[in-house]
Order: sequence, then C-alpha cells, then structure tokens
Amino acid sequence: MEKPSPIAILLAAVVAIFLLLPLFAVIPVSFTPARFLSMPSGNWSVRHYMALIENPAWLQATWLSIRIAVLSSAISTALALAFSLGMWMYRPLYPGAFYGFVLLPMVAPPVVSAITLYFFLTSLSKVNDVIGYDTVVGVAIAHAVMIAPFAVVLITVALAQVDRRIDLAARGFGASMTQRIFRVILPNIKFGVFTAAFLAFVLSWEEIGVTLFITSVNAVTLPRMMWMGLRDNIDPAIAAISVVLIVLVIAAIVGKTVISTLASKKA
Amino acid sequence: MRSDYLKPALLLGPLMLFLLLAYAIPFLGVVRWSVTLPELGVSNYGRAVTDPLIISVFIRTFRICFFVTVLAVAMAYMIALVWVRGSPTQRLIAELCILIPFWISVLTRAFGWVALLSNRGLINTWLTQLGVIAEPLTMVRNELGVVLGMTHFLIPFAVFPIASAMRSLDERVLLAARGMGASRMRTFWQIFLPMTAPGILGAAIMVFVFSLGFFITPAILGGGRSVMAAELIYLRLFQSPDWGLGAAISVLMMLIVGLLLALLMRYAKPGGMVK
Repeated sequence: MEKPSPIAILLAAVVAIFLLLPLFAVIPVSFTPARFLSMPSGNWSVRHYMALIENPAWLQATWLSIRIAVLSSAISTALALAFSLGMWMYRPLYPGAFYGFVLLPMVAPPVVSAITLYFFLTSLSKVNDVIGYDTVVGVAIAHAVMIAPFAVVLITVALAQVDRRIDLAARGFGASMTQRIFRVILPNIKFGVFTAAFLAFVLSWEEIGVTLFITSVNAVTLPRMMWMGLRDNIDPAIAAISVVLIVLVIAAIVGKTVISTLASKKA
Repeated sequence: MRSDYLKPALLLGPLMLFLLLAYAIPFLGVVRWSVTLPELGVSNYGRAVTDPLIISVFIRTFRICFFVTVLAVAMAYMIALVWVRGSPTQRLIAELCILIPFWISVLTRAFGWVALLSNRGLINTWLTQLGVIAEPLTMVRNELGVVLGMTHFLIPFAVFPIASAMRSLDERVLLAARGMGASRMRTFWQIFLPMTAPGILGAAIMVFVFSLGFFITPAILGGGRSVMAAELIYLRLFQSPDWGLGAAISVLMMLIVGLLLALLMRYAKPGGMVK
C-alpha cells in the first residue's frame, strides 16, 4: 500500500491529540492560585511548585522512591541476568515452563499480585519487622518480584542477538563458566543489561498498584503520596508534581530520539 | 556428571527460588484464605457468584472492559497505520505520541484526565466561557471518565502487536491488489485489514486482560462510584475486612485471565508483543 490516505492521517491525528491532551491539561491547573483544582483565571501562581520544595514530605517521598527503585532494580536485574544466562547457555528442556513461571507476575492481574504480595509481606512481618509489611526493604522486594519478568524479557532479547559461535570458541579454548560469562557474553549484552536495569528502575519508581496494598504510613513512596492527594481532596500540588514528571519523560524521550536520529544520519 | 546440573541450577535457581518464595507460595496462601476465612468451605465463592452487588460489579467490569477494548484497539490501529506507513516526519510524530504517554505513570495520566474532565477542569471551563453550556458537564466519577482514562492508558499497549502485524505484512500482496485495479478502500478492507487481523486479535485480548485487573485509573476516575472488580478486592481487604471474599474474587479473576491468555497463545502470535 502506498502512503496513508488523508483520511487515515486525519484519524491518526485525532488519536494523537487524544493521547496528548490529558498531559497538557495538567499544565494550566498547576499554575492556579487557588487551593483546589481549577483553571487560573487571569492570575497565574507558582505556589504549588513552591509547596513541592517547601513541604519536606514530597522530598522524603521522592528520596524514598529513588532508594527503593535502586534496590529493587539491582535485585531484579541481577536475578534476571543469571536466569537468562542460564537459559541461554544450558537450554533446558521445556523452556516454556521455565519462562512461564518467571513471567507470571507480569501476566497476572496487578491486583492479584498485590493481594499475593500483601499476604507474603504480612507473613514476613511476623518473622521480622524490618523486611515485612510497610517497610522500605519489603516494598523493594515486592517491586523486585513485579519487575524481574520485564528484565528477563529484555535480557533474553539481548542474548538472542549474541553469536553462539564466539561462546563455543571460548569454550573450545577451555574457558570456565565464569570466564565465558564475564569475558565473552556480558560485554556483548551490556547495553541490554543497562536497558533492563533502567526499565526496572522506572517501573519501580512509578509502581503504585502493588505499593498501595503493602504500605500504610512508614514507606510512603512518591506515587503513594500522589495517590493520597488524589483520593482524598484533589490537591493542585499533584498537578505541579505531574508537570515535573511529564517534562522529565518528554525531555528523556525527545533527547533519545534526537540522538538516535543524528546517529543514523551520520552512519 | 554432578556439575552438569549444578551449574545451570546456580544460574536458573536464584530467580526461580525468589519467585517461588515471594510469589507462588504466597498465592497459594491467598487461595487458602479464600476457603478458610471466615470459615472453612466454599461460601466465599458462593457469595461471589450469587450476591447481586458483587455480580453487578462483575457485569460493570466486563462492560467497561469491552468498551475500553473496542476503543483502544480501534484508536491504536489508526495511529499504528501512520507509525508504520507514514512519511518519516509522520512516523516520528506518531512515535512520540505513542511513547510519551507510554512512559508516563498511570497516576499522572489519570490525574491528567481529572484536570481535563472535572467540573472545574479544562473542558468545562472552555465550554462555559464560550457560552456553550451554563452548568458544567459531569464527566468524571462515572463510567465515561473510567472508559476514557483506561482507553488512554491502554492504547500504546495495543499499538505494539498491531504495528508488528503491519510490519510483517508482504507488500507485494498489496501491490498486486492495486495493480489488478482494486481501489484504495477496497485494498484496505479486503486485504490489509484481514491480513493484520491476528495483530488486532492479539491486541484485543491483551487490552481486555489488562483492563480486567485495572485498579488505579477506575479508582480515581470512577471516584468510588463505578467500582470495578479490582477495586472491590481492595475495598474488601482494607475497608471492610473481608479477606476471604477478596481472596476468592482474586482467584476467580486469575482463572478468567488464565483462560484468556491461553486463548491468546492459541490464536494470536504472542511474539509480536515483546517490542
């Protein structure tokens, strides 16, 4: 088929507007001088941005989210890397059963995972109150469960592109398992591993479906804090933090697109 | 001989053990709750399928998921078409419009819809200032808001399988159709659309499965009025401690999703889902 018809382009433009509209709607709300959700009529104000800086709760929640995301991303990437390497190097029989099992938290409805992890962490709390329900470590473990399957998918995709013959050659020269992994395979998939760790970080950073079930007052992550502001009374500070988060994402994606476009033009 | 099993186990073991301890066994614990709380037996399942209130939540959930699936897949198809076949500039714009919302968190996106649709939101303010309406329209805290918010969230997920079906299509078939004198419209309806049907089916099942377990968007945009199955579990767990029923609904939901995923594996190629 030739280029899309004008009708197809028009329809796609409508969808594009639908996709972007709610993101732009947040901007004027964040500048309202009022204490409730409204459009600024005439006079704009940055008080809700100031509130983000001045209220220590927002900064604490941000810092907590960063720590949890680093921890859970490290755990899940390490476990997923070992698993994917094992699958690639040893190719067990019935790989579908292995993948099916480790991808379970990704395909199960988030709310089922949430109640499952709630059960897990409240049981842990009875044993140890540092790693159970409503603790930083507990949230990091729960996030690691949720994001490990995504890391497995990305690292498996990266491994699929590695030429098996270089590993065979290393083996033929008598390289041990550790040497094969660290000297031969890892250097070839490092980009995939970084991508997996980054995705894991982002997924943990914005995770709320499960976090809601496993925290109450101590481990308040940034999304949890936003949820409270949205559920009880709609605080325009949520608009301000949303604008900040949207700008970060747009900057990252546009930056990446520009760099890869420039790189492909040079090549 | 022993080390032949030891080495793979060292690599495969940690993640599987971790998920077994933190996920698989606890899920069995949830299953146990469903048949032991408040008393031993299947009374929770009995309530889940007979209590009119719970049935109405399930019916609402399926109704909302149906509308969301139809809307999200149709809209995803429209933008995927330009993303795959447009000019380089069109492709770039389409890609940004798909990826930017995809990376923005579910909370921010739900809030965006609140900012757009609420009584003092963007749309009502505009319409009032233009004099089109005197009273603000009610667009959130009802099913309309939930459907819009969920559709918005799920479009990017539907785009990936559809786009991959469009990419793997053999161009020559389309050229042949055009060469034989078929009009653009006819080529689209009789060749292009049927040939990308597996992608549509895959996207539809995936969106439906995702939307069934969806919790955050309906809770915020439904405002506690259009309660869906997932929110019901939350309420049963934390508002009216009724763990057994919450667990039973979770198990039922897992069964429904498992069934749908089995269908997905059978009828649509899941390979296209991993982008």
